[in-house]
Amino acid sequence: MRASRLIKPLVFVAAMGPLAYLSLGAWQGRLGANPIETITRSTGLWTLRFMLITLAVTPLRRLTGWNGVVSLRRMLGLFAFFYGSLHLLTYVWLDQFFDWAAIVKDVAKRPFITAGFSAYVLLVPLAITSTAGMIRRLGGRTWRRLHRLAYVTAALGVVHYWWLVKADIRPPRNYAIVLGVLLFARVYVFARSRRQA
Amino acid sequence: MVIRRAPDLRSSEITDEKLYLRRREFMKTAAVPAVAAWAGLAPALALASGQDALPNVRKSVVTLDDALTPWADVTTYNNFYEFGTDKSDPARNAKHFRTKPWTVRIDGLVNKPGDYHFEDLVAPHALEERVYRLRCVEAWSMVIPWVGIPLKDVLKRVEPQGGAKFVEFTTLHDPKQMPGQRIGVLDWPYVEGLRLDEALHPLSILAVGLYGKVLPNQNGAPIRLVVPWKYGFKSIKSIVGIRLAAKQPVSSWQASAPQEYGFYSNVNPDVDHPRWSQARERRIGEFLKRKTLMFNGYADQVAGLYAGMDLKKFY
Repeated sequence: MRASRLIKPLVFVAAMGPLAYLSLGAWQGRLGANPIETITRSTGLWTLRFMLITLAVTPLRRLTGWNGVVSLRRMLGLFAFFYGSLHLLTYVWLDQFFDWAAIVKDVAKRPFITAGFSAYVLLVPLAITSTAGMIRRLGGRTWRRLHRLAYVTAALGVVHYWWLVKADIRPPRNYAIVLGVLLFARVYVFARSRRQA
Repeated sequence: MVIRRAPDLRSSEITDEKLYLRRREFMKTAAVPAVAAWAGLAPALALASGQDALPNVRKSVVTLDDALTPWADVTTYNNFYEFGTDKSDPARNAKHFRTKPWTVRIDGLVNKPGDYHFEDLVAPHALEERVYRLRCVEAWSMVIPWVGIPLKDVLKRVEPQGGAKFVEFTTLHDPKQMPGQRIGVLDWPYVEGLRLDEALHPLSILAVGLYGKVLPNQNGAPIRLVVPWKYGFKSIKSIVGIRLAAKQPVSSWQASAPQEYGFYSNVNPDVDHPRWSQARERRIGEFLKRKTLMFNGYADQVAGLYAGMDLKKFY
C-alpha cells in the first residue's frame, strides 16, 4: 500500500526529467548549434513516448495483474498533453515567432504539420475530460469511448514524425511498431472477451 | 577570376582592406603565389591532423558582411549520412576516419584521366579563402570561411573533351570506416552532379579547409565540393571520383526521392520542398528566421546559367 502511494510522486518527478534536462541544457548553452531544433525534437519525442507509455498501462495491468499501475494512467496521459503543449508552443513561439500567416499556411499545406496539429487538437478533449468529475458527468461508457481517441492521436503522432524525416525512417518506424503491438493487444483482448460472452 | 562584385558581396572585417582594394592587381599575379604556396604546403599537409593550420592561404576574394558561424557549430552540426543521420553523429563517428593516403580518380570524357593523389591534385593551385553562405535544404544556414581551390582550374588541367556536358562526383564507399553506409538510408556510394558550366563557374570550389585549417573529417575531409548557390547536399564530401560525362548523372537524393530533390537543387525561396517551405531559413546562432535569398544571394553571379529555364520544373 505504502509502495503504491510512493510510486506516484516518483513517476511525477521522473516525468519532469526531460523538461528539467532541456531547461538545464538551455541554461548552460548545451543544446547544440540549433537549440530551437533540439527543443522541438525533444518535446515532440517525449509527447509520443508518453502517449505510448499511457497506452501501455492497460495491457501491462492485464499482463502482470498489477492493478496499481492504472492509478498512474491519468497522470501519464496528462504528461503527453503537457509535452505536446510545450512542443506546439516551441513551434509557435521559438520556431515561427508568432507569424500566424505562416503558421496557418503550414498547418493547411504541410501534411506532416497537419497531422501533428490534429494529434494535438484531439488531445485537448482527452485532457479536459480527465478529471473524476468529468468521468462521472459523461458516464463510464461514453468516457471510455471518447478516450479511444488516444489511439487515433498516437497514430497521428507517429505519422507526423514519419512524414518529417528525410531518409532515415528507422526511428518513426520503431514507434509505429510499438503502437501496432499495443493496438493489437487491445484488439486481441476485445475479440477474446466477445467470444467468451 | 571573373567574380563580379554583387551588392551583397561586400568586404568584411576578415578581408584586409588594402588587399581588397588591390584585388585586381592581386588576381593578375595569382599564378605566382600559386607556385610559392605549394613549396610550404606539402610538408604541412603531410603532418596535418584534424585542426592543423593551412599555410599560405590567400585572403578571401569572395566574402560577405554576414557574421561567420562559429567553428564549434560548423564542426558539430553536420549532415554527413555516411557517419550517421543525426547531426551530432559525424563529429563523433568520423574521428578516426583515414584521409591519408587519398586518391581521386578522374575519368570519363577527359584527355588526362588518372588516379590523382590528393597532394598532386591540390598542389598546382593556390589555396584561397572563400566566405560563403551555406543553405541546407532543411531550412537552416551558416556562413563558412572555406579554404579551397577553384574547381574549374582542376577541370581545365585534366582537359574535358568536347562531348563532356556534366560532372559526376562520388564519395568514398567504405562501410568499415563509415558506419552510416552499413544502413540502407541512401544508395551508397553518395553521388552528386553538376552541369559542366556550373562546375566551371568561378564560385564552385573544391574545399580542403575551413577557418584556415585542414578540413575536419566531419566536414568532408580531405576534399569536398562547395557550390554556394545550391542546397548543401549538392556539395558532396570526401570525394574519390570525378567523372566527366555526356549524360546528366542521377544524384543520390534524386534517386531516393525524385519528387523532392531535383538535379539542380538551386536555393530558391519560391520553390518549396514538397513537405516544407523554403521561403525562410534559420541562420545558426540567430533566433529569428531570415528570408532565403534567390540562389542563396548569388543571383548576380549565377542567374545567367539558368536563363530561360523554368526553375519550378528544373528544381
